[in-house]
Amino acid sequence: MDNTVSNAFAWLILGILAIFAAAAAADSGFSFHMAIMAAVALGVAFLTMSRGDWSERTTPTVPVGRYYDEVIRWGVIATVFWGVVGFLVGVVIASQLAFPDLNLSEHTNFGRLRPLHTSAVIFAFGGNALIATSFYVVQRTCRAPLAFPALSRFVFWGYQLFIVLAATGYVLGITQSKEYAEPEWYIDLWLTIVWVAYLVVFVGTVIRRAEPHIYVANWFYLAFILTIAMLHIVNNLAVPVSLLGAKSYSAFAGVQDALTQWWYGHNAVGFFLTAGFLAMMYYFVPKQAERPIYSYRLSIIHFWSLIFLYIWAGPHHLHYTALPDWAQTLGMVFSVMLWMPSWGGMINGLMTLNGAWDKIRTDPIIRMMVFALAFYGMATFEGPLMSIKSVNSLSHYTEWTVGHVHSGALGWNGMITFGAIYYMVPRLWGRSRLYSLRMINWHFWLATLGIVLYASSMWVAGITQGLMWREYGEDGYLVYAFAEVVAAMKPYYVIRIAGGLLYLAGALVMVWNVWMTIAGRLRDEAPLSTAFYDPEKDRPLVPAGPRSAVAA
Amino acid sequence: MNYDQLRHFADSYGLVFMGIVFLCLVGWTFRRGARRDLDRAATMIFDEDRQDG
Repeated sequence: MDNTVSNAFAWLILGILAIFAAAAAADSGFSFHMAIMAAVALGVAFLTMSRGDWSERTTPTVPVGRYYDEVIRWGVIATVFWGVVGFLVGVVIASQLAFPDLNLSEHTNFGRLRPLHTSAVIFAFGGNALIATSFYVVQRTCRAPLAFPALSRFVFWGYQLFIVLAATGYVLGITQSKEYAEPEWYIDLWLTIVWVAYLVVFVGTVIRRAEPHIYVANWFYLAFILTIAMLHIVNNLAVPVSLLGAKSYSAFAGVQDALTQWWYGHNAVGFFLTAGFLAMMYYFVPKQAERPIYSYRLSIIHFWSLIFLYIWAGPHHLHYTALPDWAQTLGMVFSVMLWMPSWGGMINGLMTLNGAWDKIRTDPIIRMMVFALAFYGMATFEGPLMSIKSVNSLSHYTEWTVGHVHSGALGWNGMITFGAIYYMVPRLWGRSRLYSLRMINWHFWLATLGIVLYASSMWVAGITQGLMWREYGEDGYLVYAFAEVVAAMKPYYVIRIAGGLLYLAGALVMVWNVWMTIAGRLRDEAPLSTAFYDPEKDRPLVPAGPRSAVAA
Repeated sequence: MNYDQLRHFADSYGLVFMGIVFLCLVGWTFRRGARRDLDRAATMIFDEDRQDG
């Protein structure tokens, strides 16, 4: 009881401090964010008091002998929700590029909505998927319940608060202008607190494990959590102009700032979007295929190669800039070397189906996962190719880069996440199966068609753009004005919108499927089964004539 | 230690040290008796089905 009162009191004090900060803020954006903080803190204080256990009995929140899945259920719902929001904003900004009249106001123009899209899909959709699946996998592979359930709830809600602060900040124009690290200093500090709590919950569960071996998926999750902590802190070192204002200045300047930013930016891809999602792959693909991973040894080699190589690849984002030439070459060489562990991992995942390839035909979840692995292989082939300086001189600053990112993000991250969600939802809500397996097929084909339209249009657009920009006439002048290249992009931008809409439609099919599964409904449909096989008819035709008479 | 010294340390002793650490970590999976441990680790995720959720 004392605990409840002091907890509520601490939240109350925090809420009052936030109100003072909102009142004394140097700018309206900071004031707005402190008002959100105040509302959250006072809300938590109220909930703590009203839901307090006043009977002075200690009631364990987690039943003995069960995994703590409550926070994972929230995480799955958040993943689906933020996924739809992120895809929708993506369609909106794609439309703004094709039809500039859609840039309606300063708050909703392309410049402000673009970081909203990237953060929504990477950090809100991907981040929630990573947190939810990591809590799911670490418990199952350690055979132990989550170490600190209360702290895990803080991780979940604290992360949602981070997303809301970041997203509202972009619309209000609060940004430190670093790609994928746009949130300002106070939001960064909040994320640091949440992330340390996340690390404590994860490592605490690993330490309390009942299974002696730490399964390889947990290695990938741990590498993701630790590296993101390091990247986030170093890249966001900054000095705020005022302790009650949003604006800050980076601790780095010039080319150092650029290199720090792309060391962060590329490893956000390498450890957030690759290591974390590979952790999903190493658990959910074997579980769904009901076969162990093709080679556990290869998975360990995959892990260490990825860890040792990825961290050096960042400079390939700064080819032909003020960055020293040796650093550019270093980034390029390490990017090309990364091709090997990436394909090792892809082969490891795909070959898990060795001897059970029929599952691609009969099991729509496996089909989704195999497609994800294929796109992981494709994107990690394309990436090293584009990091080669001579290729980069054509591809850099063009739509090819955008196409590359999306074949990785839509194909690999999206599809493996959808697969994991379809795997987890019936288990988390105690249903015999999903509402509909056939709707996964719909989701699969909508998403696949969307990716094909998106990636192919951006390849053509990017190469067209790169070639037009570098086209010289006989007199040594550039042949095309920049505006002419922009005009040439229009059909590809329109095709991209169509691709994005298909991908969004697939996600809406998933929303319906997940919603109905949670509601406990089962769609009345023909069960998905293997192709019909009658061994009695699996015989050569009996030829007519005398021989059949002999046989008779 | 100035930038130049750090740079030369990194591309000589530093590089060799990281290379050896990497080879040891990878080589560990090829030690005698590793196959049994690896097989057990790979199939461990299927032990739980009795108590899942």
